[in-house]
Amino acid sequence: MTLPRLSLAAALIAAAWVFRAPLEADPVTHILVQLPLLALAGALLPGARGTGGAWNRGGWAMILTAIFAMAFWMLPRSIDAAVSDPAVAASKFLSLPLLVGLPLRLGWPRAHPLLRGFLKAQALAMLGVLAFLYTHAPVRLCNAYLAEDQVRLGTGFLATALALAVLWVAPLLGAQGAAAPARRHRSVS
Amino acid sequence: MQALAASVAVVLAGLAVLWQATDGGQALTAERARRLTALRDMPAVPEVVLETMTGTPLPLGGPTKRATLVEFIYTTCPTICQAAGAEMARLADDVRAAGLDESVRLVSISFDPGRDDPDALNAYGEGHGADGALWTVARPDPDDLPALLATFGVVVIPDRWGGFTHNTALHVVDAGGRLRAIVDYDDPAAALTALHGVVQ
Repeated sequence: MTLPRLSLAAALIAAAWVFRAPLEADPVTHILVQLPLLALAGALLPGARGTGGAWNRGGWAMILTAIFAMAFWMLPRSIDAAVSDPAVAASKFLSLPLLVGLPLRLGWPRAHPLLRGFLKAQALAMLGVLAFLYTHAPVRLCNAYLAEDQVRLGTGFLATALALAVLWVAPLLGAQGAAAPARRHRSVS
Repeated sequence: MQALAASVAVVLAGLAVLWQATDGGQALTAERARRLTALRDMPAVPEVVLETMTGTPLPLGGPTKRATLVEFIYTTCPTICQAAGAEMARLADDVRAAGLDESVRLVSISFDPGRDDPDALNAYGEGHGADGALWTVARPDPDDLPALLATFGVVVIPDRWGGFTHNTALHVVDAGGRLRAIVDYDDPAAALTALHGVVQ
């Protein structure tokens, strides 16, 4: 079980590296394809021993780690530096798997359902803010990308928010449909 | 208790990283960051020799007699450089009116030296009213261009119509050859203030 996941993670990181020139040529594929690929690779890594310890109760420490790492990569200047500075590019390939994907996997299952719901709502709200900002900013936010690409990225944030909203809301509707007969059954018996 | 301690440690480390990455919350973009760098670090401009619109050599960087206001252009630019050229002409008038024309020079530097030969530079200069004395148009040696752009923090990317897009701005270099300020290309008042600041 561990070996195939490890190979898949390695394959994802290799793909993000090999195709970095075409992926990074367009901010939409840079931000919405390459960065999530790297985080996904981290989520596939086998968890280190001890992550179930008391320090990770509720998943708070790991989820906060991921939030701060994501905040760093939401800075336009981080994206500019990732394109122009090889050291920052290397830190991108390390930090997204190890400080975003892996901590999310180690923290999320331990998080209280209320916290998970709150974080999902926050993610959608943040994507909405980014969508508005990138479609309406009067100046270029990244020196490495054209103004019209910035607008396309804003539209991409909006599409991602809508897709995640559907993904997260659909199971709730399904669960409600499934739970309703169960409740009726209980009330009858 | 352990979970709380771990979370607090993560928050402190995270805030420290973000503080560092944004120059204390002051710069979220690379454009803002390079302007802060000019004000705070005053980086030395590489000592290079430009070729002007009249074909004469013009030293940039290192000690010079006058402070230099630098903008980056390419002469085949259809849109923003034409607007920037008009702003530069207005700034030249302002510099004369302020009596700074003995202590300041204006240089429009082409980042496309392969196509922008002295003839092209001259046509651009005449089109916008560069007199070759207070304001001249020049090109660097192609080998010097990357270091020049890196020091000024100028990023040139191809647009989709065979031209370029770049972070257009006005750059103030003092007589000691140090980059001291970067202001918006359409804010000649800020450029004049910055020039007053570096000219004694």
